[in-house]
Amino acid sequence: MHINRRQFFKVCTATVGSSSLATLGFSPDEVRAEVREFKLTRTTETRNTCPYCSVGCGLLIHSLGDSSKNAVADIVHIEGDPDHPVNRGTLCPKGAGLLDFVHSPNRLKYPEYRAPGSKHWQRITWNEAFSRIATLMKADRDAHFIAKNDKGQTVNRWLSTGFLAASASSNETGHLTQKIARSLGMLAFDNQARV
Amino acid sequence: MTNHWVDIKNADLILIMGGNAAEAHPCGFKWVTEAKAHRKARLIVVDPRFTRSAAVADVYAPLRAGTDIAFLGGVINYLLSNDRIHHEYVKNYTDFSFLVREDFSFDDGLFSGYNPEKRSYAKTSWGYQLGPDGYVVTDPTLANPRCVYQLLKTHYGRYTPEVVASICGTSKEDFLKICALIAETAAADKTMTIMYALGWTQHSQGSQMIRTGAMVQLLLGNIGVAGGGMNALRGHSNIQGLTDLGLLSNLLPGYLTLPGDGEQDYTAYLDARASKPLRPGQLSYWQNYGKFFVSVMKSWYGDAATAENNWCYDWLPKLDKGYDILQVFEDMHRGQVNGYVCQGFNPLASAPCKIKVAGAMAKLKYLVIIDPLATETSEFWQNHGEYNDVDPAKIQTEVFRLPSTCFAEEDGSLVNSGRWLQWHWKAAEPPGEAKGDQAIMAGIFLKIREMYKKEGGAFADPILNLSWKYKRPEEPSPEELAREFSGTALKDLADPKDAAKVLLKAGQQLNGFAELRDDGSTACGCWIFAGCWSEKGNLMARRDNSDPYGIGQTLNWAFSWPANRRILYNRASCDPAGTPYDPARKLIAWNKAAGTWSGSDIPDYSAITPPESGMGPFIMNPEGVARFFAVDKMAEGPFPEHYEPFESPLAANPLHPNNAKARSNPAARVFKDDWDSFGTADQFPYVCTTYRLTEHFHFWTKHAPLDAILQPEQFVEIGEELAREKGIRPGDSVRVKSKRGFIVAVAVVTKRIRTLDIAGRKVHTVGVPIHWGFMGVAKNGYITNTLTPFVGDANTQTPEFKSFLVAIEKV
Repeated sequence: MHINRRQFFKVCTATVGSSSLATLGFSPDEVRAEVREFKLTRTTETRNTCPYCSVGCGLLIHSLGDSSKNAVADIVHIEGDPDHPVNRGTLCPKGAGLLDFVHSPNRLKYPEYRAPGSKHWQRITWNEAFSRIATLMKADRDAHFIAKNDKGQTVNRWLSTGFLAASASSNETGHLTQKIARSLGMLAFDNQARV
Repeated sequence: MTNHWVDIKNADLILIMGGNAAEAHPCGFKWVTEAKAHRKARLIVVDPRFTRSAAVADVYAPLRAGTDIAFLGGVINYLLSNDRIHHEYVKNYTDFSFLVREDFSFDDGLFSGYNPEKRSYAKTSWGYQLGPDGYVVTDPTLANPRCVYQLLKTHYGRYTPEVVASICGTSKEDFLKICALIAETAAADKTMTIMYALGWTQHSQGSQMIRTGAMVQLLLGNIGVAGGGMNALRGHSNIQGLTDLGLLSNLLPGYLTLPGDGEQDYTAYLDARASKPLRPGQLSYWQNYGKFFVSVMKSWYGDAATAENNWCYDWLPKLDKGYDILQVFEDMHRGQVNGYVCQGFNPLASAPCKIKVAGAMAKLKYLVIIDPLATETSEFWQNHGEYNDVDPAKIQTEVFRLPSTCFAEEDGSLVNSGRWLQWHWKAAEPPGEAKGDQAIMAGIFLKIREMYKKEGGAFADPILNLSWKYKRPEEPSPEELAREFSGTALKDLADPKDAAKVLLKAGQQLNGFAELRDDGSTACGCWIFAGCWSEKGNLMARRDNSDPYGIGQTLNWAFSWPANRRILYNRASCDPAGTPYDPARKLIAWNKAAGTWSGSDIPDYSAITPPESGMGPFIMNPEGVARFFAVDKMAEGPFPEHYEPFESPLAANPLHPNNAKARSNPAARVFKDDWDSFGTADQFPYVCTTYRLTEHFHFWTKHAPLDAILQPEQFVEIGEELAREKGIRPGDSVRVKSKRGFIVAVAVVTKRIRTLDIAGRKVHTVGVPIHWGFMGVAKNGYITNTLTPFVGDANTQTPEFKSFLVAIEKV
């Protein structure tokens, strides 16, 4: 019989509940209602990879909510993926604490702006952020773009704004970021691999 | 990694040096344990600190931080002088027999062609002797004094066990014990793997440390085999992928390189990179450079990239110098940079010499932070007391902080150290209004593009023509982007052997990089990733963990670049006739009946080329073999030489005591004002090294309560002898200072850090973990990079975080 992990837990819970207690003379139906179901059986399981070091451990993320239209998923548990050929279900102290990274009180929730000389952040909208950043970038690029060098060679570079790319963003983000940065003529462009 | 995590179980001997896998990569380290338990493998750890990796080692030896080339040069000398090398391997698969030019020389620490004013080399003499046919001249007898073997022997003949002991502080006895163990793997059926990490990269001669390790492995025939290889344990989950995709100042995707100012001619740009074979019958795979390049340009610029405009070659920015992070912070410090964007990167904590980095940022007009967490960089302008003592009123930088998703809230792929592209799935929505990185990048870019459309401006062509065929332009999907970097046929692709046969139809996904063309009929964002999303679907999402050969080669789990190959250079696991050196760990073999190479791995070789062709296993090199002599590829010389760190307790390089130019790396770039920021041993007598703890990840986990509970407070580690000398007791508060600043932390006094005997005097080491800062839920602390020097490796410019000088005092 082929059963997956989740079914396995269900079967175990049900079997222990009905068989062993029934032998003591209790009615199985009543007793089954008393047995606490394994907490994760009602969660949605999502495959993921650890965002920390580069072992690339497989993760199972358990969330409440069943993917229906108005159900908001809430991540309640993260553990190692037993099917993963490298970590085979284990996680290190960092990986084991991932739930606290996802729900860290220091997660950023809204775009914010700090004005020159100010001591404070102020909340802004995404549209305000994109518009203001794009305006600053374009003004700087238009003022400092170098189409030709002193020798008259075509160099098409923009040096007065730089960009540091992430170390844990996906390949898809990396590909898009590379495309954008080079189309703008950026050279001051590195990722965390440099350090 | 040339190999991959699970393959470590196939090793007979494991050398961990320049890394600490047990603490920094715990779940990968389990494969070391597996090799020890089931293969009776032995583990050697060489490290300035007795780490948790060392705690389970069969042999541990300490060395002074920054002296790894001296140690490994000594190993090379041991192997050559005791003739403990894999003869057939080095003779057939390396440049041992190649003759080097007569004008190449090495004199008292400097190679031929040095210019002390420019701190760089003219490299013309660093080459082979070429015959009239254009091929390298060789001497298979290895007797010619100009052959690489003879030069190598002379160069490392100076690295005697006594010299090693004196420079590294490792006892001669420990050193020789390690050499003897390593030498055992010269046998054809014995392998050693080397595992290293930032303990090798973060030095002013880091690249050459890694090269020296690779040379040891080549001498033993341990590259290209199961249980062998040079295995870089990368630090972050997708630092490998972002490097592969070319997000570095001088790179394009797939290790293609940006042109320099002088490369105005497109054909000359290609010719310089599409290397012709240097020996008869070699594949020299970079000859296909043009196909990879044109396919990237088609992926970026679509129909705008044409043969007539050289596929938009002129649109690429050209380099007049390097623009690595140190160069950019130097320029910023001089007021030459106005804007900066940090996408998931916290340079105030991660870059060296905090005072310089913070001062540089304060000169910016605008700073944009894209991050899931509130980083130190995003608040560099805010006063956080002793940990960030600045006056916000004086900092005129506009700062934007944009919330992004974390791993659990997005789909996409990451590349692990073993080069596996693994897909992951979104489990929940991000908090508040946070957006994915792709939506944020698109949001900024589309606004810029809109303004250029309306108002015009400086050279708008590449911006207006950037290919953007996403179904939702404001948020390109991970699936669309993955298909784009994997590659697509733009026209029907005819079979080169039979024009009537169509291999792929226009719009179909490519199977791999062999299908790429340089006529504009294919688009591929990153050639080494080609085929990861083919017509078979998303191969990165594969989850079949079966291991039919029992040596950990799970070919149907995810996708490994290139071409799903799991172990690079695997042709070298067979003898010249194509028979595996160790049948029990067979990767591939020549199947005469079928006329192909096959086995437990995808051949890293031309699959139908028979062994008698003489094609070498190192197909990316125009020589077809691996290089001991690096020709002109390295900044500081074709053979690694030991130089002292820029801050060293020694006044001179013990190998070249009378040549001040050869004290530290002669080719390392040092900015003019930074020479004064280096301390000397009279004021700062102790060697300092920085590192990670197993409970924390960089500056992220101090935001996670569980990790903050495990390691709540900043500390430094010192040995018992130094503690006695300075009257420091465990738990005392101490000030550690370098020429660039100080930190205050709790002292941990430990036997794990030993005092070493260096050139007849005692040298103490101070260890400083990196994880604290002024944001987060852990106790606030000082940024460790307050202490570190602003100088990097001569090739990569990776900062010298692992060896510098400090003083320490009780507070």
